[in-house]
Amino acid sequence: MQVPAPFEYERATSVGHAIALMERLGSEARLVAGGHSLLPMMKLRLANLEYLIDINDLGSELGYLIVEPDQIRIGALTRHRDLLESDELAATFPIFRDAERVIADPVVRNRGTLGGSLCQADPSEDLSAVCTTLNASCVIRGSDGERVVTMEEFYRGPYETAVEDGQILTEVRIPVRSGGSSAYEKVERRAGDWAICSAGAAVWMDDGQITDARVGLAAVGPNTTGIPAISEALRGKPPSEELYAQAGSLAAEHCSPTTDMRGSADYKRHLANELTQRALRRSVARLNDEGA
Amino acid sequence: MQVTLTVNGEEVTAEIEARLLLVHFLRDHLRLTGTHWGCDTSNCGTCVVWLDGEPVKSCTVLTAMASGHEVRTVEDLESDGELDPVQQGFVQCHGLQCGFCTPGMMMTARALLDRNPSPTEDDIREAISGQICRCTGYSTIVRSVQWAAAHESDRDSAVAAGSTP
Amino acid sequence: MTVTEPTAAPEFVDNDQKPVGHGRMLRKEDPRFVRGLGKYVDDIQLPGMLHLAILRSPLAHARIVSIDTTAAEAHPKVKAVVTGAALAEQNLAWMPTLSNDVQAVLATDKVRFQGQEVAFVVAEDRYSARDALELIDVDYDPIEPVIDVRRALAEDAPVIRDDLENKTDNHCFDWETGDAAATDAVFETADVVVSEDIVYPRVHPAPMETCGCVADYERVDGKLTLWCTSQAPHAHRTVYALVAGLPEHKIRIIAPDIGGGFGNKVPIYPGYVCSIVASLVTGKPVKWIEDRTENLVSTGFARDYVMRGEIAATKDGKILAIRTNVLADHGAFNGTAAPVKYPAGFFGVFTGSYDLDAAYCKMTAVYTNKAPGGVAYACSFRITEAVYLVERIVDCLAYELDLDPAELRLRNLLKPNQFPYESKTGWVYDSGDYEPTMRKTMEMVGYDELRREQAAKRERGELMGIGVSFFTEAVGAGRARTWTSSVSAWPTAASCASIRPARPWSACRSRPRGRGTRRRSPRSSPRRSGSRRPTSTSSTATPTTPRSGSARTGVARRRCRVRPLPWSPGRCGTRQRSSPPACSRSRWPTSSGSRAPSR
Repeated sequence: MQVPAPFEYERATSVGHAIALMERLGSEARLVAGGHSLLPMMKLRLANLEYLIDINDLGSELGYLIVEPDQIRIGALTRHRDLLESDELAATFPIFRDAERVIADPVVRNRGTLGGSLCQADPSEDLSAVCTTLNASCVIRGSDGERVVTMEEFYRGPYETAVEDGQILTEVRIPVRSGGSSAYEKVERRAGDWAICSAGAAVWMDDGQITDARVGLAAVGPNTTGIPAISEALRGKPPSEELYAQAGSLAAEHCSPTTDMRGSADYKRHLANELTQRALRRSVARLNDEGA
Repeated sequence: MQVTLTVNGEEVTAEIEARLLLVHFLRDHLRLTGTHWGCDTSNCGTCVVWLDGEPVKSCTVLTAMASGHEVRTVEDLESDGELDPVQQGFVQCHGLQCGFCTPGMMMTARALLDRNPSPTEDDIREAISGQICRCTGYSTIVRSVQWAAAHESDRDSAVAAGSTP
Repeated sequence: MTVTEPTAAPEFVDNDQKPVGHGRMLRKEDPRFVRGLGKYVDDIQLPGMLHLAILRSPLAHARIVSIDTTAAEAHPKVKAVVTGAALAEQNLAWMPTLSNDVQAVLATDKVRFQGQEVAFVVAEDRYSARDALELIDVDYDPIEPVIDVRRALAEDAPVIRDDLENKTDNHCFDWETGDAAATDAVFETADVVVSEDIVYPRVHPAPMETCGCVADYERVDGKLTLWCTSQAPHAHRTVYALVAGLPEHKIRIIAPDIGGGFGNKVPIYPGYVCSIVASLVTGKPVKWIEDRTENLVSTGFARDYVMRGEIAATKDGKILAIRTNVLADHGAFNGTAAPVKYPAGFFGVFTGSYDLDAAYCKMTAVYTNKAPGGVAYACSFRITEAVYLVERIVDCLAYELDLDPAELRLRNLLKPNQFPYESKTGWVYDSGDYEPTMRKTMEMVGYDELRREQAAKRERGELMGIGVSFFTEAVGAGRARTWTSSVSAWPTAASCASIRPARPWSACRSRPRGRGTRRRSPRSSPRRSGSRRPTSTSSTATPTTPRSGSARTGVARRRCRVRPLPWSPGRCGTRQRSSPPACSRSRWPTSSGSRAPSR
């Protein structure tokens, strides 16, 4: 087994302490939570850093799932397993449970976190697509205070986010509106793998008409891809197979997949189309089942 | 740097490099070689141990991260010379051939049964889905865990009745 | 977590109530394994033990311009850094393979596959050894890599094995079996001829435990002990004796618990030789365990055959002949562990389970810039490739004739009164009752029902496939005369001990690799057998019991006819079918130890 290069280890005792450590240690310091993205990269010597700041002790500050009337707030240190098992979260946003089922494996999910996943900013990252689909916003804290950014603002490129040196993602906020449901569809080469392509969809309906719809894709662009054109096309229309097909075409048109070992660009576009349709269809079916 | 952690109920203090992976600490420093390693990418699960009661891949945990916490390895499954029902199940149902993935499988199975005493076959397969076996084809592993689930209540009632199983 | 309703617990019968063959016997090794008390190679720790790590080539084909090890040598925890040049000075840079080729221990002139060993470091701990690899600076001059067998034989393809004298192409060997003329004649007049191009890609067995060893050379006594992930410890010992110049009786190979083999642990890897050298050089035990990337990139793979299969038949579906042309990819060095004298193992069984009038195979093996090996999954035996070929083209014939594939097979399977049956490639099938086997299988799976289901699905535009395959497995590898090795001539079949009139004890061993062989042995071993020097080929898959079991029986039977085997330290009867590779000439035994090839 491969092993990391040498580094210094610090353990943060609070969010404030973590920020202070980052400021003191500079750009060669990285935070580590679950570590199941960072440590494998360090073992393969793809990531080499001088300081590792362990924030696993910050569960009391950063590990929570709070349901409020108009939003759900999830602490950045919330583990994948907790997101999977939360019935409250599944009731409001079934897309989370759909996605968590196909992220990594149960043992890895015991350690990996929401914040770690978003901050790694892998183009194929599933929770990024989920958060984009749900129009989440990210709370970033530094020594000079907090700011809240949209998902579009959060991602700046592959493996690049708006969290700058000396800052930490603390929370993800997801707006709650009545009459909505969601779903996630993923195709991968083997269980727990990164997606070849995946699609999240969220649909809100009133009186048989779609009032809003959002789709977020993973693995078909430099970061998660949201498709505003789909939202525009679906608003005000009743759901139908034709509408899903139209949304699927828009998804294929508005993504930028590359050919790599996971598949050809053509295949990924095909998946973007098909999976968008399935995710929309399932969201609507869930809404209808609930009698919304 | 110095670390102090509890391993199989005993407190251990050691001077280590920060980068020392938990799996190597357990195997090379504490000579608990029941935990194995088999990949470079946190896929295979031969390194699974418990950290604060939950299965984790010890190849992807720094010893430093485990400092102040509790670790449990396969060596702790046996109690007072008696095999855990999970261990018995693997023997009875031939849940192993080369034995290399077995400690990790058993640690995950033990955690599963602690949370869910009557798992379905799907529950068991889902629980071990992060671990690889190249010998058995998994069906005997599943059966071993089912055996353990079925016989745990035997052991519990025997203990309750004051008799040795 | 989704809450699921608990289903009724499955019924369990106590093991001692089960019939034999249904898991009744518990294994002797399990009590250790379930307690985490297995003793695998990486579990071994010896006082003063050092750790070895190997620097590997990132390029598949390149000339080595220079290697600078200064920085690595200066690392405070590094005890030694060794390159191919240093080994070459001791005539250790090349070693024989189990297929009459040579393989670089460490590259000297060129690297010939991605992942090839270029240098090694020995350090106090495995982390420092890994760090030191990054301190070695290698300058490569890339050469076009050849990674496709079809490219390998092109006139302008770069020559990979320019280490071999007078080598001007990438040709490795030619082999043929069957009767070309007779087969061509049948094809000429057959009603139906179908051909299919089949690529059987390279696969890797990836046992859960990677390969490695602990080498402990004692300077004073000149004894080497090697704990090794080896399925073939005897073969390894012979090669190490050749390479290291140590007499065999001073080498002890211990294959402890092995975390899966599947053929991946048969070859002799440069890492083992490096560890032995490292122990020689440092005077300390040295451990080398490869990581998973190294295992996948550089160790024994399986398959990699590009085949053209042709089948000739009557219009009524009577199969007449099979003809095949194969391009075999043997990687950069021919490392297949073929314990039979045929370089393509048992590929001759491509005639399958059918009664043919004629058959012919022409095979060309080539070198490519890929990892050497070709041992895994009984790959040296090449049965999987052969059976895939025949069953695939039988299916193709079925499609051509619009016949059910099962029906086509039933019309052509060998009949009981044809046994013992000699195939058109010279293999004897001792017994069989194929048709009832096929019919029973079809009944068990509900074949007719499946076909109905398939038809109904196809009506609806759904795809459903039904695979049919009939496989006559070759177990025990047949008679003694088919067995040999290019490295040493073991006296008789498979794993038979060399016989001496000495203390009688049963010495035929196959190493347990997870398939419960330890449990089996006591039942099959006759009580009286005699041997001094245990010898075996390897412990591989199915044939362990037929090989070592029959060897035990053979030993017992021969006890009355024992006579000393001519033996002296370091002597191996080496069979050379072609001139020995130049680099290792000084290490090969003299002709007095050779035995003429027998037919």
